[in-house]
Amino acid sequence: MTSLPANPSPTKLGLVIDLDICVGCHACAVNCKEWNTGGYHAPLTDSDPYGTDPTGVWFNRVHAFEVGEGHAGRTVHFPRSCLHCEDAPCVTVCPTGASYKRTEDGIVLVDEDMCIGCKLCSWSCPYGAREFDADVGVMKKCTLCVDRIYNQNMEAVDRVPACVATCPAGARHFGDLGDPASDVSRLVAAREGYDLMPEMQTRPTNKYLPPRPRRDEDGAITSATSLEDASPEGGFLGWVDRLLSTTGDVR
Amino acid sequence: MNPAYSVIFFTTASGLGYGLLVFIGVFASLGLLPADRWLGFWGLGLALAAITFGLLSSTFHLGRPERAWRAVSQWRSSWLAREGVLALLTYVPAAVLGIAWVFYEQISGSIALAAIAVAVLSLVTVYCTGKIYASLKTIPAWHQTIVPVNYVILALMTGAVWFLALLNIFSLPSMQVSVMAVVLLVFGLAAKVRFWRQIDHAPVTSTSGTATGLGDLGEVRLLETPNTSANYLNTEMGFKVARKHAAKLRRIAIIFGFVLPALLVILAGLASGVPAVLFSCLAALLMMVGMVAERWLFFAEAKHVVNLYYGETTI
Ligand code: SF4
Ligand code: SF4
Ligand code: SF4
Repeated sequence: MTSLPANPSPTKLGLVIDLDICVGCHACAVNCKEWNTGGYHAPLTDSDPYGTDPTGVWFNRVHAFEVGEGHAGRTVHFPRSCLHCEDAPCVTVCPTGASYKRTEDGIVLVDEDMCIGCKLCSWSCPYGAREFDADVGVMKKCTLCVDRIYNQNMEAVDRVPACVATCPAGARHFGDLGDPASDVSRLVAAREGYDLMPEMQTRPTNKYLPPRPRRDEDGAITSATSLEDASPEGGFLGWVDRLLSTTGDVR
Repeated sequence: MNPAYSVIFFTTASGLGYGLLVFIGVFASLGLLPADRWLGFWGLGLALAAITFGLLSSTFHLGRPERAWRAVSQWRSSWLAREGVLALLTYVPAAVLGIAWVFYEQISGSIALAAIAVAVLSLVTVYCTGKIYASLKTIPAWHQTIVPVNYVILALMTGAVWFLALLNIFSLPSMQVSVMAVVLLVFGLAAKVRFWRQIDHAPVTSTSGTATGLGDLGEVRLLETPNTSANYLNTEMGFKVARKHAAKLRRIAIIFGFVLPALLVILAGLASGVPAVLFSCLAALLMMVGMVAERWLFFAEAKHVVNLYYGETTI
């Protein structure tokens, strides 16, 4: 059924991604690929993987953005995956019923056996969360690691999405965003977590936490001087510097 | 958006086919067409062939064409499913009309009801096609009420010009149809020009700031993409080639799609006999060249907001 659940449960499982902490190491993306290529949507096909023009299916991709100018500028690493939207347009556009949103926890999934590969769902997603597997001819997407989080064969501590389990910086959190008392909901409230592209009216479940304000106004880190003067004026070092500077390009 | 040839062919061919069915249905039900079996055969045959080849080509666009039948199940929520349902439903009265017309040379009485049903269902099918695109908020150029209107007008327009050619071939020149064709060509051009003006002057819908939520901190610029060579999103939704030829292609669309067909339809109306046939057939063929250019632009000029994650700053 590609109508959205009429009576969704209050449980809304999702991720909280902390842009202040993410260091852009791509570990979440790699472990996502690793888990899912053997999971629900296996395989995540690659074509020409060792050639000059490799391409393949990934559910999680890490971008890097520059924000602001000059001294106030900063680099923000930005992981992007399915946000398990409450008003998921990818679900309602699907003509076959392959795309659906689970009533019990809000996870948005694709039933590969029903998908005809029309790609309309990927057109309707603002966040580029769906990727077509040209090899199998069907659409695939982040499953919120549904095959881990309920997996009775794993230790309870491992029942979290692969990307969350692997993040070395602790920038990713998993939990029930429908429960205001949950750790993730409290984190979102404390850090003023927000929705991506709210103007698209998808009501994402996943939230992003903004980078914290800079602290360098009170003379921390960036105002420190370098340990050595790179171009000493006089003395022995100055003489060496002048000598090397003039003969530097005679090789 | 990547202009896939199968979808361009599908939307132009099925638009023409359904437009032609509208005219055949209306004129047949009003008793304005002779019950000549060959007129029925060629008229309905041409329309249904255009529709059927279009639908088949659109299924080639699918990853799993053998499952295409599943695409009608979600008509409650999906415009694509609605289009599929109506496309299939249209075949039913079209078959009734076709059998009665071709085998029994009978198009009045209860058969006229089938003809009306053909016209209505055809029109609604084209509207659904337009709504598939118009319902996508992620592509602001398409998310406009003018888009389904455009699809319906262009379908009626192409249908009218082909209907005129058909009538002339069967030596049934009709001043009414000529006038209608010219009027629809003028409306079609007006709707298209208006659409282009709207997308050229559209306000910004989303920015790299809203896409990342970092807009409050300053201007947001892409530093690194996640992938070193193009991924699915880049090839499907990041198509850039056409935009640099857009102005030229718009001129081609205007001249071939609207201006030349209008002149040729007028010439056909003034002429008679073989020249009228030639002029109206040439109008029909040249118009399709313009329609392909128009449809190519419809896709190629439309920008998807996902490009905000890949270097665009406003869409
Ligand atoms: S992020 Fe995209 S794919 Fe995921 S639920 Fe939202 S619209 Fe659908
Ligand atoms: S590609 Fe598959 S999941 Fe997506 S809309 Fe089409 S049938 Fe549904
Ligand atoms: S929840 Fe699972 S499938 Fe989704 S991005 Fe994380 S690792 Fe990938």
